[in-house]
Amino acid sequence: MSRLSEFLSPESLWGRLDDPSQNAGYEDHPTRKGFFTDTSVCIGCKACEVACKEWNQVPDDGYLLTGMSYDNTQQLGASTWRHVAFIEQPVGAPSTGAPPTDLGMPGSKPPGWEREVTLGEDLVDGDPQGAASGDSGVRWLMSSDVCKHCTHAACLDVCPTGSLFRTEFGTVVVQEDICNGCGYCVPACPYGVIDQRKDDGRAFKCTLCYDRLKEGQTPACAQACPTESIQFGDLDELRERAAARVEQLHDQGVDVARLYGADPDDGVGGDGAFFLLLDEPEVYGLPPDPVVTTRDLGSMWRHVGAGALALAGLGAASFLGRRR
Amino acid sequence: MPGLGTSFGRGGATTSLQDLQNADCILIEGSNMAEAHPVGFQWVMEAKRRGATIIHVDPRFTRTSAVSDLHVPIRAGSDIAFLGGLVNQVLSNDLDFREYVVAYTNAANIIDADYQGPDDLDGLFSGFDPETGQYDPISWRYEPPEEMNEEERQRDRELREEADAAGTGQDAKRSHQAARSESHGSGGAPVNWKGLRDETLQHPRCVFQILKRHFARYTPEMVEEVCGIRPEQLHQVAEALTSNSGRERTTAFAYAVGWTHHSTGAQMIRTASILQLLLGNIGRPGGGILALRGHASIQGSTDIPTLFNILPGYLPMPLADHHQSLDEWVRADEGKAGFWGNIRSYAVSLLKSYWGDAATPENDFCFDYLPRLTGDHSTYSTVKGQIEGKVKGYFLVGENPAVGSANGKMQRLGLANLDWLVVRDLQMIESADFWKNGPEIETGELVTEDIGTEVFFMPAANHVEKAGSFTQTQRMLQWRDQAVQPPDDCQSELEFYVDLGNRIREKLAGSTDEMDRPLLDLAWDYPVDEHGEPDAEAVLREINGTGPDGAPLSSYTELKADGSTSCGCWIYCGVFADGVNQARRRKPHWEQDQVASEWGWVWPANRRILYNRASAAPDGTPWSERKRYVWWDAEQGRWTGSDVPDFVVDRAPDHVPADGAKGPDAIGGQDPFVMQTDGKGWLFAPVGVADGPLPAHYEPPESPVHNPVYAQQNNPGRKQLSTPSNPINPSFSDVFPYVFTTYRLTEHHTTGAMSRTLPYLTELQPEPFCEVSPRLAAERGLEHGEWVTIVTARTAIEARVLVTERLRSLRLGEQWVEQVGLPYHWGVNGISKGDSPNDLVNVTMDPNVSIQDKVGTCDIRPGRRPRGPELTAYVEDYRRRAGVDLDNPTDGGTDT
Repeated sequence: MSRLSEFLSPESLWGRLDDPSQNAGYEDHPTRKGFFTDTSVCIGCKACEVACKEWNQVPDDGYLLTGMSYDNTQQLGASTWRHVAFIEQPVGAPSTGAPPTDLGMPGSKPPGWEREVTLGEDLVDGDPQGAASGDSGVRWLMSSDVCKHCTHAACLDVCPTGSLFRTEFGTVVVQEDICNGCGYCVPACPYGVIDQRKDDGRAFKCTLCYDRLKEGQTPACAQACPTESIQFGDLDELRERAAARVEQLHDQGVDVARLYGADPDDGVGGDGAFFLLLDEPEVYGLPPDPVVTTRDLGSMWRHVGAGALALAGLGAASFLGRRR
Repeated sequence: MPGLGTSFGRGGATTSLQDLQNADCILIEGSNMAEAHPVGFQWVMEAKRRGATIIHVDPRFTRTSAVSDLHVPIRAGSDIAFLGGLVNQVLSNDLDFREYVVAYTNAANIIDADYQGPDDLDGLFSGFDPETGQYDPISWRYEPPEEMNEEERQRDRELREEADAAGTGQDAKRSHQAARSESHGSGGAPVNWKGLRDETLQHPRCVFQILKRHFARYTPEMVEEVCGIRPEQLHQVAEALTSNSGRERTTAFAYAVGWTHHSTGAQMIRTASILQLLLGNIGRPGGGILALRGHASIQGSTDIPTLFNILPGYLPMPLADHHQSLDEWVRADEGKAGFWGNIRSYAVSLLKSYWGDAATPENDFCFDYLPRLTGDHSTYSTVKGQIEGKVKGYFLVGENPAVGSANGKMQRLGLANLDWLVVRDLQMIESADFWKNGPEIETGELVTEDIGTEVFFMPAANHVEKAGSFTQTQRMLQWRDQAVQPPDDCQSELEFYVDLGNRIREKLAGSTDEMDRPLLDLAWDYPVDEHGEPDAEAVLREINGTGPDGAPLSSYTELKADGSTSCGCWIYCGVFADGVNQARRRKPHWEQDQVASEWGWVWPANRRILYNRASAAPDGTPWSERKRYVWWDAEQGRWTGSDVPDFVVDRAPDHVPADGAKGPDAIGGQDPFVMQTDGKGWLFAPVGVADGPLPAHYEPPESPVHNPVYAQQNNPGRKQLSTPSNPINPSFSDVFPYVFTTYRLTEHHTTGAMSRTLPYLTELQPEPFCEVSPRLAAERGLEHGEWVTIVTARTAIEARVLVTERLRSLRLGEQWVEQVGLPYHWGVNGISKGDSPNDLVNVTMDPNVSIQDKVGTCDIRPGRRPRGPELTAYVEDYRRRAGVDLDNPTDGGTDT
């Protein structure tokens, strides 16, 4: 009973929480670890995807030429725990709003390209050089996505088996030998990260290389990243580093640089894995304002409780009524 | 690498990857560095983080362009015109680093009065022989001294004799030229005298004035017409380069096979060398030219070569008709100024390492055991020899030419006409089972039952299953330890060759035939471990060399010509100094200074930046505090700094060599290019480059564009390979209206044998594809993601198409040029299979290095290609319409 009340304490589900490990019951624990992914220096080499799969023995995710720029893994999933997105756009296209959707219509242009091209059109004369990425016609953003290891992780909250748990490093890990394949975690994730393997049913996602962390090693993706786009370390320190990097980019004239998931007061209490982006989150396929889906769990329980009492009262009243 | 070799004296990158972080500007051209060298690219990103300007000049907008400050789209193969335009900007606006140029380059040298350039001769240089398609460089020489001394007279005689002899036979001249021009990997081409200099740079025949005149026609308007680059973009690049060069700032260049794989490749690199010399960026931190190599040890495979025309350390292979003795072999170079003048010591020490005690002064150190060149035996000539039945056997070691070499069909026809073929690889590659899986089996051009080639497939150990060293892009040797034993029958190359040698020698044991002496007398004795694996360190020790007492040497300056020293590759001498494997040093960079000289070992003598004497002004003081690197310490009487000085360490800046001084003694205190026979960086190459002393823009052998610069359409010195399987698309043909070029993706490695066979890499790029601009897609009705067929006179292939504005439509004056981009990694084996783009590429070669031009013309159509014999008919129809004459297959309609 005491555990349940602790579980339902407001800061467990929502709001600022500085030490999720302690909140999960670790008395003496290491500092919270995380990733800072600086997409401004990502070169789209996908070494992180490969290193992740090699280390964690994740199977291949199928061989499909998608036609979505150089992105053939498409999204995070049960067998893709790091995913490098390629956002290829004409310079000057609307940078806000949802990314273009491929309607599957045939045409002489890739999905998402708004401009019709006519013969003889001068494509060279165009917009001025983009500041951070591109020339007069196209820009190509690259970004390595990963599980956010939320401060308030709904996947963990809804897991009935305890397969998903908070580690002493403040990360969120799913244990494949405990997962029963119920799939509750899948819709619970506000980012659409965790998923079930179709042939197997169990859920998988990034562990932030829990086994490597226990040995004092860097996660495989960060170790492999050649340009330090993926940085691993103490979350507090990473947040400072990221703030300084944004400032540096702003000084260099890259006004579009901004952090995503670094704010401990956001809808998930801040991400353990956060990002420096060069455009709105939607451009990268990230939700602009994610909220932990179990935010209202506590009030729901209270409402459920009240409802139950009311029902019980009603029931009792009806019996009382019968006696009459 | 004659581009760098003739310009600076050594055919290696002049700088290191790590030093890029010190650059204020980096120009990447002919390279998609972020995709092809992602690990090295971290130093570009570091430079950018520190505020450097990154410029990418490339036909496509790539992952490199995406993180650069400026992307300049260029027509493939037009780089000389663009770089020439930059040279013109520098010269016509007096933006060169004049003090550096006067002191350290041959700008002041006066050239022979007989010299004429392409402005005078309609696109040719003086000395061209239309019969052989080759140049006699005698008129390019430095003006002879009025009063020649005895030695100079003899040099003059020799040069004339050589020119005369060369005229007598095409083959002899070819072999001579080939051997000479590639031998400048370490030691520049010899000039006959230091020559007259006019340091005011005013003499009309001085190099500086010749250069000015030569590049004057490369105006911004001309650049636009050739390259499709707008004048304002050219100005933008010129501004970035010149404002980031000089005393206080430096600019670095990086290139890769986007420059080397052209019929004018060496001259593209020459143009960059000229530009960097004019800007004063060679030998200085954050400067230099970084030649990015394509594999782990490609630099190593020219240092200790797999090439036909050089021996280890860039010693030229002896020529059958010129070199009957050791003396004749080394005479042309011996005693000339600079360290190359000690060639006899290097040559004798090499012979000692080959034949040990059998090599004695009395028998010319077994010089007669060395094979001699009788002609051109470069790779494509060899393939032609296979097709003609002249070459009977072939070793393919870590090489997959059926996918990786130009004109794959020609390669496979050659393989199918051998008696025997040995393939050593990690995977069953296309070059090993062409006899059942090759595209020609499908079309019926080859029939399995009729192929007589006996194929021996030998499984190879991979890089973690064997010990050894790689020599990478920046001349650095890094040692690998063996992590695990190779599985099953897999063997290292070392074990294979030592074993093969042992077996051959056993078979020949007791032979009295003189022909067998070279094999029987070999010093062939390597210790093996309990698994039968030879000790790789013993080989490195042999390469390093030993003195009379058998102890390892520490520097090539210790090598002797009397047979008392032995050394397998003189430029590697010192890698086992003090009996320690220096290549195995792994002190992290955060435990030492930025030069990190205790990580691995770099040839020569562990120098990280070559020609670093030039990082100081002529008087020996640093050009600036900001760019301080190596300088003269007058008190100590030595050169000092953060790197190993690339100079005679106690030679004062004001030293003037005595008359008649030889070898290193002849290096003056202001001659930073210590391997050059005149100590200077060569803006003008008086000798050593087969196709001209200065770069000139010629069109690729197949082009939709009439050369706007000269009447001469193609490189007049290009090497052609006339065989019916290598037909050339006629230039300006409506049948083949588009340009295509090939390239790599990060996700795959070369021919895909090490990546298309692995699920994790295959899923990232699972199918062959090509890339075209939206304009081209509209013109030909190509739909994004659908199949298309790409056709040349060689064959047709199919791929899916990505329609993307990363591929640019270029406007050259009135003409639009469209380029088709083709990642070349695919073949018929592996998890991910597909047609090989290299099957489309013709073989027309650079005359210096026999490397093919990867740019060609093509047609592209929607839909998949025809199958079986219909494919041959389809291509035949294209050839007929384009007017390709199979009796004269290399006639591109450009030589009038």
